[in-house]
Amino acid sequence: MSAPILTLTIDGRQVSGLASETVLQVAKENGIAIPTLCFLEGLSATGACRLCMVEIEGSPRLHPACVTPIQEGMTVTTDSKRLFGYRRAIVQLLFSERNHVCAVCVANGHCELQELARAFGIDHIAFPCRHPALEVDASHSRFVLDHNRCVLCTRCVRVCGEIEGAHTWDVKNRGIRIQIVADLDTPWGAAATCTGCGKCVHVCPTGALAEKGKSMAEMRQKRPFLPYLVANRAEERK
Amino acid sequence: MPAQESIESPPEDTRWQLVDRTMQRLDHRPEALIETLHAAQDAFGYLDSATLARIASRLRLPPAKVLGVATFYNHFRLKPKGEHTLSVCTGTACHIKGNDRILAWMRERYCLAPGDTTQDNRLSLVEVRCVGACALAPVILTDGAITGKKSFAETTTIIREWLDDAP
Repeated sequence: MSAPILTLTIDGRQVSGLASETVLQVAKENGIAIPTLCFLEGLSATGACRLCMVEIEGSPRLHPACVTPIQEGMTVTTDSKRLFGYRRAIVQLLFSERNHVCAVCVANGHCELQELARAFGIDHIAFPCRHPALEVDASHSRFVLDHNRCVLCTRCVRVCGEIEGAHTWDVKNRGIRIQIVADLDTPWGAAATCTGCGKCVHVCPTGALAEKGKSMAEMRQKRPFLPYLVANRAEERK
Repeated sequence: MPAQESIESPPEDTRWQLVDRTMQRLDHRPEALIETLHAAQDAFGYLDSATLARIASRLRLPPAKVLGVATFYNHFRLKPKGEHTLSVCTGTACHIKGNDRILAWMRERYCLAPGDTTQDNRLSLVEVRCVGACALAPVILTDGAITGKKSFAETTTIIREWLDDAP
C-alpha cells in the first residue's frame, strides 16, 4: 500500500512525489535547494527556524517547506526577492540574539549558521546585538554545552528523544528566555537520563554542543551516523 | 525514559493524595501532565524539583519534558509565593502603555525581577502575558484584583498604598 503520486510545479519545473512527502523532500529529490537550519534528515521536522519558507500560489502567506505536504497541482516558488530578504533577516536575527563569535568558536569553519551567513552574503548584522550573559555548562565529563552559541533549532532535543530514546534535553521557558535544558534544569553532568552517547553533539549545527578539549575550529560533527541509525531502527520495527 | 531515582524520594505527605488522585483519574496518561501540575500547585503552592521529578516518574514522562511544560506557562510557579502577589501584564497593549516602566520601577524600588519574591517573603512579582483585558491597558493585578487605565504615577501610588509603603 503506497501513497498516490501527485504532480506539482516547483520553480517552474514539473515534478512529482508521493502524497506523504513534503515540499522540501520533493524539492531535494529534484535537485532544488531550499536553505534549512533546524531540519535534519532522519529527525522529525518542526518548522522552527523558518528558513525554508516558500511561496505557494494562491496563498498570501509563506509556508515552511519542511512541514508542508505536497498537493496536486500546487505551484511553489522557493526563491524570490521577498524570500531572500526574509531569510537574510532571519540569519541576522539569529546572530544578534546570542553571542556568535566565529573567530573563537570551536565550530568555526564547520558551522551551519556560518555557512548560511556566507550563502546570504551577510558581512554585518543590521540589528542591535543583545549580547546576553549566558552560562556554559561544562559539568559533563566529555561534552560542553555553550548557550551562547545555541540557535534553538532543537535538533539535540529531537535526536535525544527520537533516536536515543533518553529525552534528556528539552526546552525551558518561552520567548526570549528560552533555553535548552537537561532533566529538571540539572547540570548536564548530573543528568540521570543522559546516556553520554554524544548524538546531540554531532547533530548541533553550531558550536553550542561540542566535545571537551576541542579548541577553536576543531569541532567537526560526524553527521552520517543518523540516516544509518534511522534505517536500522526502521528495520527492527518491521 | 523517566527518572527512576525519584520514586522513593519524597516522604509520604497527605497532600500527595490529591495529586495522586488526579493522576489516577486520568489513568496516568502522559496527557494528564498539565492537569496534574495544576493539582500539585494547588496542593503545595508551588512546584519544586522533587515534585516535578515524582510527577515525571508517575506519568512516565521525561523529566526535561515536565520542566519544559511547567516553565512554559506563567501560571506555574517553581518558587514559593510571597504573602502578596503583584502581577504585571506585559502583553503588547500593556507594554506599549508603559508596563515596562512599572517593571523597571519595581526593580529599582523593591529589587524585584519578575518571578522573584522579596527577602521577607512579603511580595512576589509575576509577569503575565495578557490577562484578556487589553482595553484596560496598562493592567496590573494586586492579589488578583485588576487595576487598569492608570498613569505611571497613579499605578505606583496604588502599589505603595496596597503594600502600606507610604510615599
